[in-house]
Amino acid sequence: MKTQNETKREDIQVNGLEQITGAEAILKCLIEEGVDTIFGYPGGAIMPVYDKLLDFTDKLKHILTRHEQGAAHAAQAYAMVSGKPGICFATSGPGATNLITGIANAYLDSVPVVFITAQVISGLIGTDAFQETDILGVSMPVTKWNCQVKKSQDIPDTIAKAFYIATTGRPGPVLIDITKDAQIEKLSFKYKKCNYLRSYNPHIPLHTRAIESAAIMINHAEKPLILAGHGILISGAENELREFAEKAGIPVAVTLLGLSCFPSGHRLYTGFLGMHGNYGPNLLTNEADLIIAIGMRFDDRVTGNLKKYAKKARIIHIEIDEAEINKNVQVDLEIHNDAKEVLQNLIPLVKQKSYESWIREFRICDKTEYDKVIKSETKPEAGDIRMGEVVRMVSELTNGDSIIVTDVGQNQMSAARYFKFTTPGSFVTSGGMGTMGFGLPASIGAKIGKPEKQVVAFIGDGGFQMTIQELGTILHYKVPVKIIILNNGFLGMVRQWQEMFFKKRYASTELVNPDFATIAKGFGIPAKKILKREELKDSLLEMLKSEGPYLLDIVIEKEGNVLPMVEPGASVSEVTLNYKS
Amino acid sequence: MKQEFTISLFSEDHIGILNQITIILTRRQINIESITASESAVKGVQLLTLVVKTTPEMVRKVAKQMEKLVEVLKVFVHSSDEIIYQEIALYKVKTNSLMSGNVIDNLVRTHHARILEVSPEYTVIEKTGHKTEITELLDLLLPYGVLQFVRSGRVAVTKQVKELNAYLREMDDANRFKPEETEIYKLIN
Repeated sequence: MKTQNETKREDIQVNGLEQITGAEAILKCLIEEGVDTIFGYPGGAIMPVYDKLLDFTDKLKHILTRHEQGAAHAAQAYAMVSGKPGICFATSGPGATNLITGIANAYLDSVPVVFITAQVISGLIGTDAFQETDILGVSMPVTKWNCQVKKSQDIPDTIAKAFYIATTGRPGPVLIDITKDAQIEKLSFKYKKCNYLRSYNPHIPLHTRAIESAAIMINHAEKPLILAGHGILISGAENELREFAEKAGIPVAVTLLGLSCFPSGHRLYTGFLGMHGNYGPNLLTNEADLIIAIGMRFDDRVTGNLKKYAKKARIIHIEIDEAEINKNVQVDLEIHNDAKEVLQNLIPLVKQKSYESWIREFRICDKTEYDKVIKSETKPEAGDIRMGEVVRMVSELTNGDSIIVTDVGQNQMSAARYFKFTTPGSFVTSGGMGTMGFGLPASIGAKIGKPEKQVVAFIGDGGFQMTIQELGTILHYKVPVKIIILNNGFLGMVRQWQEMFFKKRYASTELVNPDFATIAKGFGIPAKKILKREELKDSLLEMLKSEGPYLLDIVIEKEGNVLPMVEPGASVSEVTLNYKS
Repeated sequence: MKQEFTISLFSEDHIGILNQITIILTRRQINIESITASESAVKGVQLLTLVVKTTPEMVRKVAKQMEKLVEVLKVFVHSSDEIIYQEIALYKVKTNSLMSGNVIDNLVRTHHARILEVSPEYTVIEKTGHKTEITELLDLLLPYGVLQFVRSGRVAVTKQVKELNAYLREMDDANRFKPEETEIYKLIN
């Protein structure tokens, strides 16, 4: 007969392995993967995990957002600035479905986030139980991979696999749905990191012959242009890109998510591409005879009308995701590899060259854009405050050395256009998905991911109210983010389209707003409303100098437009510089 | 120009693969003409054979998107002349109509079909072949009273020599981080 003590010991150890609950195993797996921060929101089905979190407060910091969407965006921003995967918890049913916008956002922008949702006990799955949703089915089109765990012993392997998939190749969000019984059940815990899956191979052998061909094409080009995307930042190829561009003398244009991958003051930098991008790179895409696209996917906002896109150019596409090659634009040479590896091998093969007259064409465009758009936007002499001047002032006051977070719309485009980025990975925005409401929670994630950096968020008055509840998170954790509301009392970008394409019929775009400064004060956040240009600089300085969080509600010209613009259906060379309604 | 393509997709035996595949096709508004799922020659590897009608460009794009799925091992796309394929059909015909002369008997013989089962009420005929041949026999049987008719999805083998195992081995070689023992070698050797 066993004594009580023996039984107890057996309960703890089986085959020399520790017996722990599934909930504890989840947290231990995360610690093994180097996680120290989790964003999330509790609920019925995930309670065993939250209960265990109390025993791990020394190793795992949990940030309770005020809505699951906020947790998802914060986790994404955390991943974007820290280089580590973001972690996000939510309960079953509505908790899980509230994540979907955040998951889709991370998916379109290739950001590694591991989402862990709880599920009702396995016996109830499929019965329409309380707070049950088929989150696997719902999240399938917007995750890189997802999986359900119904047995506690499967937890370690599944989490290991999830981290491997999320962070390798073209990164992306993954979701693990863990039933409540699997969280409670015990298992013999052993963790082994995953680095191999036979059906998934992110390590593509280098296509050396294609790289040699690329070098020949580059060495013979007369008007080459580099289009650098998010892939440069993901693969950490900023230095390689710079070395390559400098050696081959090729001008560089970046995509929205590629911003900050190349120093904006560099002589070869030509600006950013796309619908509201800079004049030169858009216009001259159609003059280039060779386009070297690196880690970008020819999104429709970048290409404009595909039938009139880069028709004079041969195109080299360096891209890790094969499904992106020849998807939107037919390319002449594909290099299906990691950007950094390709550039490292390409640099020795290209000749030292310079294209003075070609680069001069960009400078002429810069001058045109400055005279027609930038000057009045960044240095207006009269009238209401403009978005561009606020952004440019922040850029100057911080020497371009802060993390810029944006919401979506005019505030985003102004930030992208007028902030002079100097540090790689210092721009956090919602690109592919264009999610309004991204800005505020993302600023929280960014600040927690890089506490030593100043984090400034530019948010419109519309988007701010979509996730305004996250002011509670800022209050709760004293997150010292600097929030700038570019307040024009309109859903600005939609209004701009209504003005330009819908005969100025302002259907549901004008907003009746609360006093944001009063609201911020209610959340214990110092705040100020700015109406006049004269107050702007001092107020910005005061905000930047303040220790804790700060909110500035800046009243902007009501009906300002973001220009230039490649209108929908137009070619990149048909850029609208002036618009008069 | 839209053409008929046969997509052969090899994947891990993972719940939800078919769902992921159909999501890709649905987004591009491609209808599945026929579908067959079964275990492949390699144990643990599932084979899905899909027939779709679309443009060569589009089929290349969706095939790449399918291959991108984590659990998918390899996707092959073939036009109909690059593969040897068959479909199977079953025809349930009234037995009394067969008794009148030897018409049915002739049909079965000339179309290389065979009779699976005969009962007083009905007779089941089986025919393997291409879609057109199966339809041809159906048209001939209709006047005699076809009680039920079903046809399967397509099964296909390629004319090329390279086999799945070779691709699996290549993929495995390409993997920089070699695990001490990979399941795949155990399967192949």
